Amino acid sequence: MTVSYDNSKIIFDGIKSAGIKSISALPETWLGPLLQRAEDDPDVQLLQVAKEEEAIGIAAGAYFAGTPHILLMQNHGFLAAINGIVSLAQLYRIPLCMLIAMRGHWGEPYPWHTRGGIVTEAVLRALEIPIEFARDPQKVAKQIREAWTFSQSSLSPVALLLTRDLMED
Amino acid sequence: MERAECLQMIYPELEDTLVVTIMGACAQELYNLGHRENFFYLQHALGLASSIGMGLAVSLPNERVVVLDGDGSVLMNLGTLATLARYRPGNLIHVIFDNGSLLSTGGFESQTSSGVTDLDAIARGAGITHVAMTVTTLDFGEAFLAAVERHELSVIVAKVAAVGPDHYGMDLQLGENAFRFRRWIQSRARSGGSA
Repeated sequence: MTVSYDNSKIIFDGIKSAGIKSISALPETWLGPLLQRAEDDPDVQLLQVAKEEEAIGIAAGAYFAGTPHILLMQNHGFLAAINGIVSLAQLYRIPLCMLIAMRGHWGEPYPWHTRGGIVTEAVLRALEIPIEFARDPQKVAKQIREAWTFSQSSLSPVALLLTRDLMED
Repeated sequence: MERAECLQMIYPELEDTLVVTIMGACAQELYNLGHRENFFYLQHALGLASSIGMGLAVSLPNERVVVLDGDGSVLMNLGTLATLARYRPGNLIHVIFDNGSLLSTGGFESQTSSGVTDLDAIARGAGITHVAMTVTTLDFGEAFLAAVERHELSVIVAKVAAVGPDHYGMDLQLGENAFRFRRWIQSRARSGGSA
């Protein structure tokens, strides 16, 4: 299985057509081709963090500044960022539009991803973070746009989970 | 020197500046000098003040951003120094008040008061070029003014006593602070201010 370059392009185009100007991310395999496009695009600012919790702070700063910003991370990075999500974003009513690579779930061949994959959805629900699964390349651009809109109207974190169906060929 | 003295010294410089402080004593001492709409007090999420500052600074290159951080807070997010060094927002001044103590959570010694952990060296090692270590109020004030005039990413480590305000309390709800801080920035951008 390899990462889908075609669908990575569709997702990146969806991010751009949603009006996003700034992306914070920590690279991981599924997000690689997508982040490469972001890096090569002069209209989008890519900020690569050392740990995902930093990106929660950066996203808050971008929100205060009025810059449309999304976060790209693996689900294990989401798990590493929880205190920032709870005690910055949710506490202060700061929206976060998170696109999360859903590793360690259906079809996962690598044992090390599995525990994180198994608990991710339950943790998101426990935190009252609205979620959608992105599986279909025909629908993902609309899902990104809607995730962005909902984050801004609810002043809440929202998560679009990028699944294996979408991210691998 | 005391943090409150340092804050008092730079307070006049913070009028048209986006200021992000960490929780507890630092936030309270700044508030006690007089709240301004351009101050954001991060009362939790320890470690992320500098990341918020980075998000602001890269988004608003024409605004000056000052982060008022602490040793305990920076130690919880050391990666931030590497990320700041990588993107080098020239409009960001990162002040780290190093009191060697987790003062606001009971006064336990932090790793810096053992004398072995040197935040100034860590910042340099992270790749930040302009790092000042200050131990007197005068040096701190000079380092801050130099950073203001430099227009390059600057870190100032200020060795301060582990003392805080004699009372805590703000007439400002957390969400209210966030909404008003954002509104101040947005209205400034609309009016064609510095943003």
